[in-house]
Amino acid sequence: MNALAALLVRDMRLSVRLGGGAPIGVMFFLIVVTLFPFAVGADLGLLRRIGPAILWIGALLASLLALDRLFAADHEDGSLDVILMSRVPLELAVVVKALAHWLTTGLPLVIAAPVLALLLDLDPLATGAAALTLLVGTPALTFIGAIGAALAVTLRRGGLILAVLVLPLTIPILIFGVAATNTAIVGPVPFGAPFTILCGLTLMSLVVGPFAAAAALRHGME
Amino acid sequence: MRLSGSGLACVRSGREVFAGIGFAVEAGNALLVLGRNGAGKSSLLRMVAGLVRVAVGRLELDGGDPELTLPEQAHYVGHQDAVKPALTVAENLAFWGRYLGGGDASPAAVDAALDAVGLALLADLPAAYLSAGQKRRLSLARLVAVERPVWLLDEPTSALDSASQDRLTALMRQHLGEGGIILAATHGPIGLDADALRLDDATAAGASA
Repeated sequence: MNALAALLVRDMRLSVRLGGGAPIGVMFFLIVVTLFPFAVGADLGLLRRIGPAILWIGALLASLLALDRLFAADHEDGSLDVILMSRVPLELAVVVKALAHWLTTGLPLVIAAPVLALLLDLDPLATGAAALTLLVGTPALTFIGAIGAALAVTLRRGGLILAVLVLPLTIPILIFGVAATNTAIVGPVPFGAPFTILCGLTLMSLVVGPFAAAAALRHGME
Repeated sequence: MRLSGSGLACVRSGREVFAGIGFAVEAGNALLVLGRNGAGKSSLLRMVAGLVRVAVGRLELDGGDPELTLPEQAHYVGHQDAVKPALTVAENLAFWGRYLGGGDASPAAVDAALDAVGLALLADLPAAYLSAGQKRRLSLARLVAVERPVWLLDEPTSALDSASQDRLTALMRQHLGEGGIILAATHGPIGLDADALRLDDATAAGASA
């Protein structure tokens, strides 16, 4: 546990010191969300209706932003070699690194979402539902993204490949995240149904992501 | 304790780098891996470190901890220093001390390891300001902070000034005196009396074929 705590502290400290993580991600989220009214027009009724979807797409893109550095930075400076030789299972190291990444880039997006919801004229209930689904769904985005980050670790321009690899895999999370938010506003299905599936998807990605990412990292070292 | 390899071959992207390599190192001894550029010195060390798969041949550590794999009992210092520029010198070392488990990473232990490589005065400086040689010394401090029996050193003296090289030699002698094993890839002398494994001879046939 001591070793994993050390890794968590190191990764969060690096993320904070290097900047890049939280502030840029939230700024990007803000920009994506503000682009929509310019594209769609100042129709408040329409914005209110597609607001949850806009928030989700913004959060999805913003959470991918810094993901390519998740393992690439450690690979470039040789830290990954040492991590691979430690007595800590690589899968657990991946869990901790992804967790640190979510805490420093995913969680700020969830906190910023209610503020951005004001720009889309969402009512308090819809805002709450969007924030709750993002809180549950963004860890899944990070853990699925970790697979792509591990695959892209040895490639130059890994960030572009990462987006192409990861975005299709996030479609189920996007569908149920937006569906759950919409059912909270207009029904007719109870909020619990799509929300529970979203929780299930997140739990699944928490399990599959680290194993797949660790396997990709081991393979990538060759 | 005895580290041995037999019949090792390395194939990278379809090209045979070396084949039929065998060696054995007893506790308290060092083995220098020599050879021209591209002879596979780094590949051999990375193979022992578990970072390159052993496709052909065997690697064994007799008399080590049976619960642990060979890489888990080895330190590897490669061309990259595993140093984070955004962390201070002490934070870098304290992290590896805690992560690799063996070191108790107390500030005193970190200071002692930094002192051993002559970086104690720079403990609170961000590692971004270190020179190449100082980064290399910080990387080598890991060997002191966390105890592991097998040291795999790839060009350990590169970028080091002569005082630091002497310090490294003293550290290596101390490690060997405590029954450790060192495998070092090198071009120049590193101040140890040690057997040499020449990769050139073994690969000359393969390269010309």
